[in-house]
Amino acid sequence: MNLDMLAMQAFTGLSIFTMLMLMALGLAIVFGLMGVINMAHGELMAMGAYCSYGTALLFEKYFPGLMDVYLFVGIALAFVVTSIFGYLLERGLIRFLYRRPLDTLLATWGVSLVLQQFYRQFINAKEVEVPTVSWLHGAWQISEGVSFSLSRIFIIGLAILTAALVYLLLFRTRWGMRIRAVTQNRQMAGAAGINTTKVDAYTFALGCGLAGIAGSSFTMLASTGPTTGQQYIVDTFITVVFGGVESLLGTIFSAFIIGQMESWFEYVMSGSMARASILLLVIVVLYFRPNGLFATKVRR
Amino acid sequence: MSELILSVEDLTVSFDGFKAVDGLNFYVEKDELRCVIGPNGAGKTTLLDMICGKTKPSAGAVRFKNYNLLNMIEYQITRVGVGRKFQTPSVYEDLTVFENLEISDPRKRGILGSLFFKREQDLLGKIDQVAAQIFLAEVLRHKAGRLSHGQKQWLEIGMLLMQDPELLLLDEPVAGMSAREREQTAELLNRISKGRSIVVIEHDMAFVRLIAHKVTVLHQGKLLAEGSMDQVQSDERVIDVYLGH
Amino acid sequence: MLDGVRSGAAAATASAGSMVSRDWTQKYGLLILAVLLLLVLPLSLGVFRLGLAAKYLSLAFCAVGIVLIWGYGGILSLGQGVFFGLGSYMMAMFLKLESTSADSSAQALSSFFGSNLPDFMVWNSVEMLPWWWEPFHSVWFTLPAILLLPPLLAFMLAYANFRKRVGGVYFSIITLSLSAIMSIVIIGQQGVTGGVNGINDFRTFLGINLDTDEAKRGMYFITCGLLLLCVAAGSFILRSRLGKVLVAIRDREDRVRFSGYDPALFKAFIFAVAALFSSIGGAMFTVQVGLASPSLVGIQPSVEMVIYAAVGGRLSLIGAVYGAVLVGSAKTFFSENFVQYWLYFVGGLFIFVVMLLPDGLAGLLGRVRARLAVKRAPTSAPTQPERPIGETGIAK
Repeated sequence: MNLDMLAMQAFTGLSIFTMLMLMALGLAIVFGLMGVINMAHGELMAMGAYCSYGTALLFEKYFPGLMDVYLFVGIALAFVVTSIFGYLLERGLIRFLYRRPLDTLLATWGVSLVLQQFYRQFINAKEVEVPTVSWLHGAWQISEGVSFSLSRIFIIGLAILTAALVYLLLFRTRWGMRIRAVTQNRQMAGAAGINTTKVDAYTFALGCGLAGIAGSSFTMLASTGPTTGQQYIVDTFITVVFGGVESLLGTIFSAFIIGQMESWFEYVMSGSMARASILLLVIVVLYFRPNGLFATKVRR
Repeated sequence: MSELILSVEDLTVSFDGFKAVDGLNFYVEKDELRCVIGPNGAGKTTLLDMICGKTKPSAGAVRFKNYNLLNMIEYQITRVGVGRKFQTPSVYEDLTVFENLEISDPRKRGILGSLFFKREQDLLGKIDQVAAQIFLAEVLRHKAGRLSHGQKQWLEIGMLLMQDPELLLLDEPVAGMSAREREQTAELLNRISKGRSIVVIEHDMAFVRLIAHKVTVLHQGKLLAEGSMDQVQSDERVIDVYLGH
Repeated sequence: MLDGVRSGAAAATASAGSMVSRDWTQKYGLLILAVLLLLVLPLSLGVFRLGLAAKYLSLAFCAVGIVLIWGYGGILSLGQGVFFGLGSYMMAMFLKLESTSADSSAQALSSFFGSNLPDFMVWNSVEMLPWWWEPFHSVWFTLPAILLLPPLLAFMLAYANFRKRVGGVYFSIITLSLSAIMSIVIIGQQGVTGGVNGINDFRTFLGINLDTDEAKRGMYFITCGLLLLCVAAGSFILRSRLGKVLVAIRDREDRVRFSGYDPALFKAFIFAVAALFSSIGGAMFTVQVGLASPSLVGIQPSVEMVIYAAVGGRLSLIGAVYGAVLVGSAKTFFSENFVQYWLYFVGGLFIFVVMLLPDGLAGLLGRVRARLAVKRAPTSAPTQPERPIGETGIAK
């Protein structure tokens, strides 16, 4: 293993890390802050991806000269569409199931099935590809043996930016404060005049919106189909749980660790065995730290 | 000087930097009925939590008979003879009063034993007896969830009695009870303290006076005073901190 | 006075009370189910449809297990497909080895490979039978393995986790991951597992030809018999003290520790029982359908098994059987007529049942029964009062 390979591996790890982080942040907010298990999270990512796809088609047809910027419009649209869907989902379904996490799990699983079929029936039963914007074609050639794909670099940047924005939102704005207040002590927050139902809806919508951004950006790396969401869901949950559900920072660290593991494991063994090994490893670690790696000491 | 059944020494625990219990020494003799009082946050419930295994202390020792309770987990501690009643009544709401009591009987707590458990006559007799003691003989068939608050408290005490513990830890057994119910509970506790040691956390001073052999006052996780009810009520420090109205 | 008191306890035992309550539909529920399965269906369905019924009945084993662990134990397992798959694949390995040793073309190659290799291994250039396939040559190993291995693994997994007080949601995600892992590994290691196509193409069981109508009918009856046995066993467990402790654990696990029980032990036990049922179901599935496939092992099928139990009623063992058959029949119906609407149906079913019918059809039946009982006897035996009995204390 020479320096070149090391650099490539590290880069791949970084790329996977940021992707996981982007996927998991939305879920961490919804699961960690609200205790809601959204099994449709993967399908929301797919929704975001399809938004990108739709935007690309639209631009290709009507604004071919502006193709280079469709990506940004696509991502923005993905965020808007998925957050609105998330808001409606919360109002229509989730809010009735707050004290029943296992039931939320099952109900959102139902939603995911419906969405999958919807995609299959009304968009495309087969996988669709999205054209890459011209300025993200190719890679950054650092040296002869080391080249970093531009798309991946973009996603890394997007993920970091998103994480930073989420941090700012949660810890530096009034809305963020309200969200944190409601998650920590609902009754007190309500007594202090915070509209808890509104906060719930917006928080859930935010989580879904983040999923949309993730899905939309992944179109640069892979095609999207009705079952794409299913492929992401287990990894995303595992990342959140591994890091400790209560902690967003934990999720980020967890994504980093798992990302690196995936990169190195895949170097050593076949893709499927790598995935299986990582899942198994996480389960084993959870045995030793049942609340995740970075869980705060639970006051008994 | 009667034999000690419980000795707690130098017990300490902190939660996120806050010392809930701080180097506490606490001794209970056999057949004693001890009341523990103190302002909110004094560490009373936390003390019971650490004895029965719900919370792990950061320092100190807890000995019950010959057992080092700190090396044991909850169900083991229960099996050697410590019974705990919680601040908010914890009964099995979906089971009947009868089943709540039956399940608390110490016989056959393993898989095979409970699978093939046959109710013997003496168990029925025991349940009847206990039900009568806790004033719930008439409602054996009702689901525990439908009892009144006070009755749930009694049921929980009854469940403890079924376990036949040598040490009972009762956390606010009369909270939410009417005056009449408190009298009945005092009478109940006085009756069952024969042959058992009981530690009661309470805020109702009149109730404490009715039952206590000895009173311990905790404040900020430490022992403030100890003695008979009269001694404690006339203690300067106690009046300052707690009783002084 | 003493007599009155004594009669109190005795009377309480007479009504075993709580959730598995006596009533004619419950007392005879098992009998009715038996009649339906053993008489009505065989007489009214042709061999093909009976085979379909048998397929869904094999899945019903999992649903019955889920009622035990979820309805009564509070454990939502999204990985019953793992145990179903273990039973299914173990049976398939045995059947495949049996048919391979009788297969002339395999025999021709056996001198080259050292033993008869199943066809898919040959196609994948596998040269030697893996060591863990060897024991499945013998039926005396296979059958006990199907009954013992999955429950043992289930018990160890569950006990290890519950001892550490792993919470409900976490455990569900762990089971979800395990079903994903198993599916990934099976598909990925196609040389030794048959991959995405699974293991198929076996004709006989201990010499008996599986393709004949008599064999199919026979297997149907065996499946039904085993299923009824499992339901009866589950019922026995629930009515015993263990069942009561389980419900107590479901509702107040912490408190149960202070009653002197080790909740991890009980939860692990019932989880192992459900694994046993699923494994049997998997084995019967393979024998009847002639296939062991990863499509019944992963996340989708495992979560689908939960809907069988939910539709039937998560508190009803018998309901689980009806649930499995109903949802299974719906699946057949949709796949024959409106393929694209199946996922809408099943997705909608999840949402509908969770939101509006949490106790499933059995719960609905219970409510109808209660309504009829009130209508029938408005002034006779006192119905249990809704408000709390006894002196209400002065509020805190």
